[in-house]
Formats: sequence, structure tokens, C-alpha cells
Amino acid sequence: MQLFDPAILQSGQYHDWLVQGLVLSIQLTVISFVFALPLGALVAVMRTSTFAPLRAIGATFVEAIRNVPLLAHLLFWYFAFPELLPDAARELLYANNPEVICAVIALSLYAGVHMAEDIRSGIRAIPATQLEAARSLGLGRIAAVRLVLLPQALRASVPPLLSQTVNLWKDTSVATVIGAAELMYQAARVETASFRSLEAFTFATLAYLTVSLLISAAAHLFQRCYPVRTA
Amino acid sequence: MLELIDTYWLYFLVGQYPDGPLGGLALTILLSGAALLLAMPLGLLLGIARVSPYRAVNVPVAVLVHVVRAVPLLLVLFWAYFFLPAVTGIKTSQATTMLIVLVLFDSIYLAEIVAAGIRALPKGQLESARSLGLGYRAALRHVVLPQTLRHGLPSIVNQLVSTIKATSLGYIIGLSEVSFIATQINTLVFTQAVEVYLILALTYFILCFGLSRLAFLLERRLQRRPAQAS
Amino acid sequence: MIVLDKVNKYYGDYHALVDISERVEHNEVLVVCGPSGSGKSTLIRTLNRLEEIDAGRIEIDGRDIHAKGADVNALRAGIGFVFQHFNLFPHLTVLENCTLAPVKLGRASKAEARDYAMGLLEQVGLAHKADAYPNALSGGQQQRVAIARALAMRPPIMLFDEPTSALDPEMVGEVLQVMRTLASQGMTMVCVTHEMGFARDVADRIWFMSEGKILEKATPQDFFANPQHPRAQQFLADRRRD
Repeated sequence: MQLFDPAILQSGQYHDWLVQGLVLSIQLTVISFVFALPLGALVAVMRTSTFAPLRAIGATFVEAIRNVPLLAHLLFWYFAFPELLPDAARELLYANNPEVICAVIALSLYAGVHMAEDIRSGIRAIPATQLEAARSLGLGRIAAVRLVLLPQALRASVPPLLSQTVNLWKDTSVATVIGAAELMYQAARVETASFRSLEAFTFATLAYLTVSLLISAAAHLFQRCYPVRTA
Repeated sequence: MLELIDTYWLYFLVGQYPDGPLGGLALTILLSGAALLLAMPLGLLLGIARVSPYRAVNVPVAVLVHVVRAVPLLLVLFWAYFFLPAVTGIKTSQATTMLIVLVLFDSIYLAEIVAAGIRALPKGQLESARSLGLGYRAALRHVVLPQTLRHGLPSIVNQLVSTIKATSLGYIIGLSEVSFIATQINTLVFTQAVEVYLILALTYFILCFGLSRLAFLLERRLQRRPAQAS
Repeated sequence: MIVLDKVNKYYGDYHALVDISERVEHNEVLVVCGPSGSGKSTLIRTLNRLEEIDAGRIEIDGRDIHAKGADVNALRAGIGFVFQHFNLFPHLTVLENCTLAPVKLGRASKAEARDYAMGLLEQVGLAHKADAYPNALSGGQQQRVAIARALAMRPPIMLFDEPTSALDPEMVGEVLQVMRTLASQGMTMVCVTHEMGFARDVADRIWFMSEGKILEKATPQDFFANPQHPRAQQFLADRRRD
């Protein structure tokens, strides 16, 4: 048996499995991101609101999700959550790729609260005088937040948000625990079928490294082209 | 719910012990604490190397840090658990494998905390220590690191929280930590999935939230006693 | 005691020190003054190698401080340096700040270092603060401790880099008083300072620097009464206006 056989990575059944896994990992990342970012922005605005009950809800939400590991979230959404659904909904869930749906829910919430914290520090970095100036022009609170505060806060938040995106990308690997057939799942599957752990894990490592470094490079580029301009 | 707790609380807390290896919440806490403790010396060394002016020292460490941070912990765990035994011939237990991987990850993250702390210290501290005639190592030992570690304490506590959450990945290689035990209980009981996983979530919440509050209080205390001399 | 021979330093393309060749004698109190950016701090920092030079030679006590195999730590242990921003160690008490170096460098036992440090703290008027932490002290008090800390190593030379520039005006006097006492005790001192009153009363010589060069060297009487170089005249005129 050869030490490292790149052939199995380039074509054939194992190659197909691994590529399918990679594709699903990317899909999980993108879909969860699409839900996580707006959720994060919403929670961040709630947490910085002048209305105390909103702040409390936001804080509770963040702490409840942040202090529980992603794996436990996945277990909950996959094993416990369906029990809470009415029968019809549960049937619908089970008929339509429940592993992926539950993974997206868990990942979106988990990434969402972490992004909320990054956006919140971005918001806090904008001096209060900015909102005051906007309100003095006659803009309502929601408009002021939307047009003046958030754009500046988001720009300041981009580097930590991109870092959080890398975390999200890495976190998709945990979805394997509920049977989502992403990259780690497939790599383990190849290992079990062929004992070629070296090739399978090398593929996975290169895939994760490449995407992570691409996202981090994007962060660097962004900071160069759009530096945070303070008042 | 109460009946559930009543029947399974011991199993949840310590796994099969003493009829088997330690498991459950006790294993989670023990592994996390041990990993962080063991990672401290390595993290300290790597952190100092990270701020070294010699490129031959700080570049390899920087590369190591970036590579480790770009891959999921689960992947490293798989490498250690599936690949390493094939190469070394030694098959380590799940707990030992998990510990090794956690120590690796913790030392990398601790290294970043130490490096950031050293860089954040005003330049004048090192300069005044060196002006008295203390060598670089003595200055680090007596002036720079005591301050860095003091300021870094909240971050270190947060790292403990991350480690506790990371131990949950041991589930995937069959480690009997608390999430694994919860699923075992769920399989046994079968009809109370919601209760079981809510209790699991609550357990983690109390542990991790408690520790993060501690970190927060530490940070507040550090800010109230301003350790800046100028 | 200190000999500078054609010392040059560059920051990239910027010529920070230009052909400095001077001497400082034993027991001499030298004041270096000049506008910001003139290179005064850079110059004093080259003497204990906090800054490195690009050309030239510096000798202290007859020894080339850049010689191959020269021990930088031993050099610094023999020179006391007082910073503009005090730089006391916040995690140590005032007394511990003063005993750290002598003890860790093996110059004295803990007891000896303690006794000597307490003596120095008495001299600067802060013996009652020995067990306090730096953050409990005012700026003037911290700087006096910094001076005691430097003196604890019993150096034959003391360097002061704008020691009162970071202090509120009412605390400047207490620090200058300590420096005057040191000078009267015969310490060899090089002081970068804007305090012209101190210079006039205590200095043996004054160097006026601008753009990396020493433009004028004179006794205080000559310097203040009759400055030769136009830029020195401008400098003194500006000071009188303040």
C-alpha cells in the first residue's frame, strides 16, 4: 500500500464523497452567514438600545447561546426541537434534509450572537455625538441608527466579522455530529472505507486552510482599502 | 423532569466511575482545567517567541499560530485520533488524545494573549528595567511578564470557557464527556429529549456564564486599580 | 568621563545626530537644551545604548561602550537613567522598585539593598511611602522615587531625560530640589531639560542643540547673558516670552 496516493483524491468514489462534503460545508457556511449577520445586527442594536427591557432581552439571548457549546446546540435542535413541533411540521422537517436544516439553525444562532458582539463593539466605537448630530437634523431614532450609526459601525466591525466568518467556516465541521454529510463527515467516511486517513485528512486540511486564509486575506484587503475613518 | 434528574444525576456527573473511567461533567471540568494548566508554560514560551525581534524565532511561531487557527479543532482531533496511531503505533485513549489536542490549541491561543499583553505594555517599562542593568530575560521575568499576566487574567479565564466548550467535541470520537453522557441518557429514556438537552444546556450555561462573569469582575477590578505609573 | 567622538545617528534618511564630538568631565553637571526635535533626547539615550549610533565612538570611563563583547547590561548598571514618564514598576511597591535591580543583579543582599534604598528614600523625602504602590503617588513623588531607584545602583553618572516635563507645575520644584542636592554632592550629571532656572543655578556647562548639532557650548553666565548662535538667541527669546 502506497504511503500517499493522490490518485484517490483526484477522481473516483472517494474523491466524489470529499468534494460533496466540501460543497455542503461551503453551503452551510453561506446559508448560515446570510441568517447570522442580520440577526447579529438586530441583537447588537437591541443591546445598545436606550430601552432597558430590550437591552435585557438582547443580553440574555447572547449569553444563553454563547455559553453553550455548538455541539450541544446541534444536539438540541436535532434531537429535542422536533419533539416540540406539531406533527405536521415534524413530518415536513424529517422529509427535507433535517440534518442540514438543524445545522443551519444552530450555526446561524451561534454565529449570529458572536457577530452581535462584534457589531456591538463597532457601535460602541462610534461616538455618541454622531447620533446626536443625526437627531438634531430631525432624523427619527430608527432612521438615525440605520443611516448614520450602522454604516459606520459595520465598517469598524468588518475585521472582527470576517474573523467570525472564519470561525463559522470551521464550526460547520461540528455538524457531523448530527449526521450532516459535510467535509469532516465525508473525510471520516473515506477513512472508514479505505483506511486512507492521510489522503482524506490532507484534503480536508487543505480545504479548510485555503478558505480560512482566503477570508483572512479579504479582511486584510478590506482594512487596506476601507480604513476606519474617525471623525 | 425531576424524576429524570433523580435517576441519572450521578451518571451525568461522573459517568461510569467507579465502574469505569471517569466521565460526565467531572471529566469535562477536569480535562479543561488540566489542558489550560499544561498549556500555560508552552503558551508563555510561544508568546515570548512571538514578540521576539529575531525573525528566525517569531516567524515560525507566527506561521504555526496562523495554521492552527485556520483549521477546525475537530480536524486536528481526527488527525490525532485516527492518523497518529497508524504512524506511531501507539493508540492513545480518547481522553489522552483530547487532552493533547486541547493543550495544543490552548497554548496557541494563550501565546496570542501573552504576545498581545507584552505588546500592550508601555515601552517605558522594558526600557527602565533595562536601564537599571537588568538583562532582557530578567526584565521579562520581573517586570514585563508579571504585569502582562496580571492584565491577561480575564482573557485567560475566557480561554478556560472556550476550552470547556471545546471538550464537547470529544463526543465525536466517543469520549464520555458530559454531552456524550447526555445523549446516552436520551437514548435510554427516549421520550424526554427536550428535558435532557435543556439540562445539558443549562449545565454548560451555569459553568461558562459563571466563569465569564468572573472574568468580567476581574477586568473591572484591574481597571479600578489603575496599574499605570504615569 | 564621557567622550563622544564623531557620533552620528540616522532614522532612515533623517540625520538625527550630526558629528557630535564632545566631552563630559567628572563631577560636571551638564545641561542639554534646545527646541523639540533637536536630538537632545536621542543624544542622551545613546549614552546608555537605549539608542544605537550609526557612526562614531562613545567612551565612558575610558572604555568604548560599543566594543565587541561589551556587556550592555553592565554598562547600564553603571549609569543611572531617569525618564520623562518615570516608568516605575506598578506591580511593585516603592521600596521594591528600588531594591529589584541591586538584588537581582547580585550587587547586594536583600537586607543591604533595603537599608540603602530606605536611606535614599529618606533623602528624597519619601521614606514614609516605602510600602505604597506607585499609583498611589503623585507625579512628583513618582519621579523622586525614580531618582532614588536609579541611585540605588550607586552609579557614578546620572542621566536625566526631561525629568520634569510630564509634571504639573507645582511638582516641578520638589524634583529639581532633589537634582540640585545631587549636583551639590558632586554627581556627574547630564540633564536634558527646559528648566532654565535650574540650568542657570546648577549647571557647569550648557549645550544648545538644534537639528542634531550642538550649536553652542557655554557656561550658564555666558549662555544666558550673551548667546552667540542666532538660533540660541531665538530659543532664549522665546523662553523669556513664556
